[in-house]
Amino acid sequence: MTTPSGATSRTLSEAESKKFLGAVGLPLLSEHLATDPEAAGQAATAMGFPVVAKLCGEGIAHKTERGLVRLGLGDEEAVRQAASELLAEARDEDGAVSVLVAPMVRGSRELIAGVSRDPQFGFTVMIGIGGVFAEALGDVSLRLLPITRLDAEEMLEDLSSQVLLGPFRGEPAIDRAAVAEVLLALSEVVERHPEVVSVDLNPLIIVDGRPIAVDALVEVE
Amino acid sequence: MTTGTDRFERLFNPRGVVVVGASTHPGKFGFVALHNILANGYEGKVFATNREGAEILGITTLTSLADLPAGEVDLAFVCTPAASNPEVLGELAERGVTAAFIASAGYGEAGEEGRQAQDALVATAVELGMTIVGPNGQGLVSTPASLCAQIVAPFPPSGRIGIVSQSGNLVSSFMNYAVASGVGVSRAISVGNAAMLGVADVLGYLADDPETSVALVYVEGIEDGRDFFDALRYTCERMPVVVVKGGATAGGSRAAASHTGSMATDDRVFDGMCRQAGATRVATIEEAFDTAACFATQPLPAGPKVVVMTTVGGWGVMTADAMAATSLELVGLPADLREGLDGLLPPRWSRNNPIDLAGGETKDTIPAVLDLLADHPAVDSVIVLGVGIQANQGRMERDGPFFPDWGLERIVGFHDRQDRRYAEAAARCSAAAGKPFLVATELAVADPDNAAVEGVRDVGQYCFASSQRAVQSLAHLWAYARWRQRRA
Repeated sequence: MTTPSGATSRTLSEAESKKFLGAVGLPLLSEHLATDPEAAGQAATAMGFPVVAKLCGEGIAHKTERGLVRLGLGDEEAVRQAASELLAEARDEDGAVSVLVAPMVRGSRELIAGVSRDPQFGFTVMIGIGGVFAEALGDVSLRLLPITRLDAEEMLEDLSSQVLLGPFRGEPAIDRAAVAEVLLALSEVVERHPEVVSVDLNPLIIVDGRPIAVDALVEVE
Repeated sequence: MTTGTDRFERLFNPRGVVVVGASTHPGKFGFVALHNILANGYEGKVFATNREGAEILGITTLTSLADLPAGEVDLAFVCTPAASNPEVLGELAERGVTAAFIASAGYGEAGEEGRQAQDALVATAVELGMTIVGPNGQGLVSTPASLCAQIVAPFPPSGRIGIVSQSGNLVSSFMNYAVASGVGVSRAISVGNAAMLGVADVLGYLADDPETSVALVYVEGIEDGRDFFDALRYTCERMPVVVVKGGATAGGSRAAASHTGSMATDDRVFDGMCRQAGATRVATIEEAFDTAACFATQPLPAGPKVVVMTTVGGWGVMTADAMAATSLELVGLPADLREGLDGLLPPRWSRNNPIDLAGGETKDTIPAVLDLLADHPAVDSVIVLGVGIQANQGRMERDGPFFPDWGLERIVGFHDRQDRRYAEAAARCSAAAGKPFLVATELAVADPDNAAVEGVRDVGQYCFASSQRAVQSLAHLWAYARWRQRRA
């Protein structure tokens, strides 16, 4: 892939991406990488059920489309079974693969956030309403990086779907300060790593009002 | 963005002007440019060149720039063909001319050859230490200097709005609104192909221009996004900036590509960039002028709380609806304010916001109500509706078959005086309380001679053509005021 500056870029694996992003304090799900079904089962037991299992590798960007995500696994046997199926799905172009095991988080609301490079304005940061209707709604707000805390708070104010940000279906209002922290952390990522081409946090699931990045992809030059 | 106001001073406050390539043919730009400079009261020296040395509009033209007195002219308005312009710049520089507006076409807008000519022209100007604007632009206006150096009409009344545009005709549109409303312009410039000076550079000048209190910008494409953002933010820290962008959609973007050669911009990025910089982005030309005129004539509101005062109900209802979609708040009337109004109005008044006078006003009611609203701390802004009705009836009577008999002359005069008083009261209250008082009536368009509309114009205020448009502009004022408050 070619970046706006003409250099070639590569996408880090989900695990690498999370390691990269964890350093700036983004709220990422704790997780474990296992190379065989036995280790995956043990890791799941250690973190508590239910869990999700995903096939992870540098060449894998669209896990859902390829059926490489298994949700709601309730016991160790189910995890072992899922892990061996996922490893069997690996293709040569995926590179070295492993199974990522993480606690299953549930929330009825999802946000998306990310960083990208605009050909005219340079680095931008984005927050938007996530979930299955995300693209159809297109309810997003962007700013140029770097941003201030005030910019981050105002990005949330820009969103049209304010009802979704308040108390919703028995869940508390979204913790706006916590979302602002995510955006500030993304700003920090670019300051520390100008080689970043894009960051994609999709989804940020809202659990007890707080955002947790369940999936993350980083593209670097 | 480039700093240094000197080169802009030569553009907007030149000691003298020379039209290069003046024509005897009244249909040519070289004639129109000279005409517009001479016809609008510019007090500096005016020269013109013409190959035959013909007399044009009372000016004895020079056959060569070599005859131009040295050191008397700062600005050249260049209408000569593109091919001769590098030589023209050299001759101008020799005579001490340091700024040139290049109206000539045949440059970047005309294909690869034109682009090369444009680059060469910029290189020549840089070498000569000259500032050039354009090419392919329509000109510039500077009302403090009574300077109308452009190939289009109108020359606007003087005022506080500074205009910079990538389209010359949109400058004319804005200035036509200025003529119609009386809310005037300080500087206006069309940057044409922006070979040397772009929108960001002019913004940087307007930001520190004591004659300008609000900047009005039309852009289609942005060459250097960060430079534009920096100039926009720098300006917004000093004055409001109203931005209208052409090519916000896929279709508009294709049109912009053929108009100014602009590269498509991700509109979500542009929109977020404007919010971040504190700029007021608007969707249409009318909204742009409404909002710039509102900024130019009203103080910023201290908060979102608005009271609507109307002489009849329907307008109030529609205004309340329009406000629901904004960050403005139709404030509930505090008890003391309601009691104060009870003392001025008949019992059938709405007793709520909007304040519907329900036709119960006597001679001094409206000014007294406005005074109460001006003084009350719970009110940040006021929208005044329903003025001009009496004068409108008066007009029918004055133009009808029975005038001046049957007491019509007396009552028509009374109506006109009353409506004029209301406009004056709104302006007086706004100035005294430091709060926006916006007057809206469709008579601004339907009958600009109506006494209320004329009254608003005569006190230097802007009469909105509908309450919805007043709400829209007031919401922009509050958004900018809040942006400033949060960053104070």
